[in-house]
Amino acid sequence: MSISVTDVEYVARLARLELGADEKEVFAGQMNAILGYVEKLKGLDTDGVIPTSHAVPMENAFREDLVCAPIGVDKALGNAPQRSGSFFNVPQVIE
Amino acid sequence: MDTIDMTIHGLHQALESKQLSSVEATKAMLARIEAVEPQVGSFITVTPEQALAGAEAADRRIAAGDMDMLTGIPLALKDIFLTEGIRTTCGSRILDNFIPPYSATSWEKLRDRGAVLLGKLNQDEFAMGSSNESSAFGVCRNPWDTTRIPGGSSGGSAAAIAARQATATLGTDTGGSIRQPASHCGCVGLKPTYGRVSRYGVIAYASSLDQVGPLTRDVTDCAIMLGALAGYDPKDSTSVDLAVPDYVATLPNGVKGLRIGLPREYFIAGLDADVQKAMDAAIETYRRLGAEFVDISLPHTDYAVATYYLIATAEASSNLARYEGVRFGHRSASAEGLIDMMTKSRSEGFGAEVKRRIMLGTYALSSGYYDAYYVKAQKVRTLIMNDFIRAFADVDVMLTPVAPTPAFKIGEKVNDPLQMYLSDIFTIPVNLAGTCAMSLPAGFSADGLPIGVQLIGRPFGEEAILRAGYAFEQATEWHRATASL
Repeated sequence: MSISVTDVEYVARLARLELGADEKEVFAGQMNAILGYVEKLKGLDTDGVIPTSHAVPMENAFREDLVCAPIGVDKALGNAPQRSGSFFNVPQVIE
Repeated sequence: MDTIDMTIHGLHQALESKQLSSVEATKAMLARIEAVEPQVGSFITVTPEQALAGAEAADRRIAAGDMDMLTGIPLALKDIFLTEGIRTTCGSRILDNFIPPYSATSWEKLRDRGAVLLGKLNQDEFAMGSSNESSAFGVCRNPWDTTRIPGGSSGGSAAAIAARQATATLGTDTGGSIRQPASHCGCVGLKPTYGRVSRYGVIAYASSLDQVGPLTRDVTDCAIMLGALAGYDPKDSTSVDLAVPDYVATLPNGVKGLRIGLPREYFIAGLDADVQKAMDAAIETYRRLGAEFVDISLPHTDYAVATYYLIATAEASSNLARYEGVRFGHRSASAEGLIDMMTKSRSEGFGAEVKRRIMLGTYALSSGYYDAYYVKAQKVRTLIMNDFIRAFADVDVMLTPVAPTPAFKIGEKVNDPLQMYLSDIFTIPVNLAGTCAMSLPAGFSADGLPIGVQLIGRPFGEEAILRAGYAFEQATEWHRATASL
């Protein structure tokens, strides 16, 4: 299988990325090379193998449901590109 | 010995015996940073004010007799560690102006012991790279040959040690990002077992693989740093609640009777002749010291890079969704509407390698490809882990090369990402298996470039690889060599 510029555009849209025309061409070529390389996994029989999402076997990590000191509004909003009062400011959502 | 050349334990003695104050040691380091930084580029941000304030506080502690091995020691951190009030970029334009509201647990632990922060180190953008060339904050060069890469992604962390700009540093390792630069710059670099050190406050790349670790001048320093970093952290639900051994105390126990595995899949055609020579010499040294060698097999080694570049990119595409221009980081000035703002902010803020990995990961997770790529890779990860479990039934540690070649030239692989990815072939399996490994200085190429060897341990078996590394270091002089910079 092979990745076309149209595929690149589709994936870019999913990833919320805007690519220039040159970038799309380059990425299509590079993604083809990399995905061509990972094709080698298909040759391995993995029937009945349990997928590993995490190297250390672990149960759910619970803690006591205690109230901790909050970070505070000013600190939490300290890096906001735009804020109004105690809110993050974003462009209009519903047009 | 010059202050800038000292190890943690050497500087500790000098501080304890009042031959030197932390302020003096810190000023010497800051002067060194200023002098060689134009040639090396290890730092993204130098923090002289914080450093001197930290050193003064450390000197007061030392005078009061409240001293730890790390009190007054000048350190630097990869710019992936959050430092409250100090800009943290992760090597990316998208975090150009990000001032963290809290600090990483690993830095808090070092700071509470009195360590001094010199600054934040250069790295590949979001830790994605093997050469430090994807940094948005300038080239970082190998102090042994400034036309070459220092390795990556913790390139600044290794270069700063080789250039004697810090006594020790912290890095992170997702596919080799501590061990490969340590090998290329001639220092010791340890990737602890997944869960051994808290990841809280470390900017995430691939969460099931990322791990924090030290880069140091020798194995003793590495043991000191790991002892300070290791342990359960309630703020990281994947950190493991297991007692932390005294890593320094067991260093001198030797390797007599230690069973060292040589995985045959790591001695491939195409292994650089100088790397092979260093490996042969290391095997000979260990034999002389009384270790036993066992030929072992890790049969799925050849699938590790492919597995890694599906799992790591999938996790990265998810982790990096948080950079949307709303809560922190870059926001595009030219956007119309919410989605356009997010898309433009990300496209302006991320560099090419980060975009490439987000694209690959998004593709591997997208509808129709999820099972064929992502789940398939997770299954192969199980096979790779089982290889290690089976092999460790017969051996205590493994000995392998770190990288197939010494440091390559700056620019040599930037246009061929697949070739770049393949340079991590010997380090990636350890991350997939979640176990620990250390890079150890073990020789030089004909052109005078450092070469490291890798000791791989069982999960939570850091004691064994540190002990084996210490025995090697006592029998060799490689770790004492310094770059002429």
